[in-house]
Amino acid sequence: MKVSIEVNGKAVTEEVEDRTLLVHYLRENAGLTGTNIGCDTTSCGACTVLLDGESVKSCTVLAAQADGHRVMTVEGLAGEDGELHPVQRAFREQHGLQCGFCTPGMMMASVSLLAHNPKPTREEVREGLEGNLCRCTGYHNIVSAVIDASGQEVDR
Amino acid sequence: MIPAQFSYRRVSTVDEALTVLGEHGDEAKVLAGGHSLLPLMKLRFATPEIVVDVAPLEELRYVRVEDGTVAIGALSRYHDLHHDEVLREHAPLLAHVAGAIGDQQVRHRGTIGGSLAHADAAADLPAALLASEGTLVVRGPGGQREIPAAEFFLGPFTTPLEPDELITEVRVPARAGVGWGFEKFTRRSIDWAIVGVAVVGQAVGLVNMAGTPIRATATEQALASGASVADAAALAAQDASPVTEPHASAEYRSHLARVLTKRALESAAA
Ligand SMILES: Cc1cc2nc3c(=O)[nH]c(=O)nc-3n(C[C@H](O)[C@H](O)[C@H](O)COP(=O)(O)OP(=O)(O)OC[C@H]3O[C@@H](n4cnc5c(N)ncnc54)[C@H](O)[C@@H]3O)c2cc1C
Ligand code: FES
Ligand code: FES
Repeated sequence: MKVSIEVNGKAVTEEVEDRTLLVHYLRENAGLTGTNIGCDTTSCGACTVLLDGESVKSCTVLAAQADGHRVMTVEGLAGEDGELHPVQRAFREQHGLQCGFCTPGMMMASVSLLAHNPKPTREEVREGLEGNLCRCTGYHNIVSAVIDASGQEVDR
Repeated sequence: MIPAQFSYRRVSTVDEALTVLGEHGDEAKVLAGGHSLLPLMKLRFATPEIVVDVAPLEELRYVRVEDGTVAIGALSRYHDLHHDEVLREHAPLLAHVAGAIGDQQVRHRGTIGGSLAHADAAADLPAALLASEGTLVVRGPGGQREIPAAEFFLGPFTTPLEPDELITEVRVPARAGVGWGFEKFTRRSIDWAIVGVAVVGQAVGLVNMAGTPIRATATEQALASGASVADAAALAAQDASPVTEPHASAEYRSHLARVLTKRALESAAA
């Protein structure tokens, strides 16, 4: 079927098989490989993107379900002039990434979390990111990054 | 993992959904949040020929209170239910349970109708609906029928729903101010419960203590005849048939059911 999705503000229209998953559409049809596939079983959150502004695991959404909707991937976070999004800046400053594999999903989940709860506690950040797994960082710096991105003092 | 081939069909009205389901019978599957169906399709445990996407049916996303009944549209998502002020006031157990399912991403997609239709004994809303003495409103080619939750969960993943029927609404008695409690024991935070307990007043629903969600009947009867919370909770596993699997033995589950029932009853009484 023909699928049209507004990806990071640009219309992408592609002819795909009905069974195409959104994560494959983004990586293979839209050419945006920032969205990663970790587990493929809806557990790890590496494939998290925003669908109409809400975080979703794109390995468990059909591209067809996003037809006519808006998707934002990690590539859409920075400003047009390349200025980093507050969440990206905070992940860098707080050392919230090591290998970086989970990072795009972590960032998209963080953006969604902050949209609902602009001043979360560390505990609320941990709860909000429970659907995202990181193999490297031990989570502590990721939590600090989200607190920093929310404009709160990072209290270690 | 990629699902087997199927053809995708999006519908824009309930009538259209029923027509398409009627034309395809067993070969069609309703797609709501997709968070049970798509994982099954990726594993090829489910291989429908046609997938009917009902997500555009915005008219099935609502919470209303009418004549002492809370009516919830079947396509309401967990995230919305968790934050819905009307639900929080009149059916606080359901609002709370919706927020305890999976993770934020899952809660943005999963729907109450999908969870009930999937009828997993390990799922939270089915047991919560039993404890809430709720009813499902179902539409099919012959019109509308109502199925009490107590008659809906027939076996593991088995319900009286016909392939050409759609759950349109879930109803529970409005119980503002009535005590409630929910306890869920999981291995990891986003997991399904090893055991869960949902309480409204003196009604107790158990998650994952049998092939279907069940009521803790012996506990309820003891409470009705004036037993203490501790004595009543001690009977929680009496009518259950928990299984032993790698994460928990039947004995451990029964123990958890007793402990969690006591806690849930205590929060309901507080
Ligand atoms: C990572 C992860 C963690 C999870 N954790 C939990 C948890 O902790 N607790 C829990 O309870 N659940 C959990 N779930 C399951 C989740 O709640 C599912 O979303 C839910 O069970 C199914 O709802 P859905 O809207 O996604 O339905 P779908 O997957 O779209 O559909 C499920 C089934 O119901 C049918 N169906 C859907 N809607 C209707 C309708 N209106 N009428 C008739 N039939 C219909 C479909 O045909 C299909 O057979 C988890 C899922 C994932 C992926
Ligand atoms: S790849 Fe989608 S959740 Fe892991
Ligand atoms: S930084 Fe390596 S997986 Fe998270």
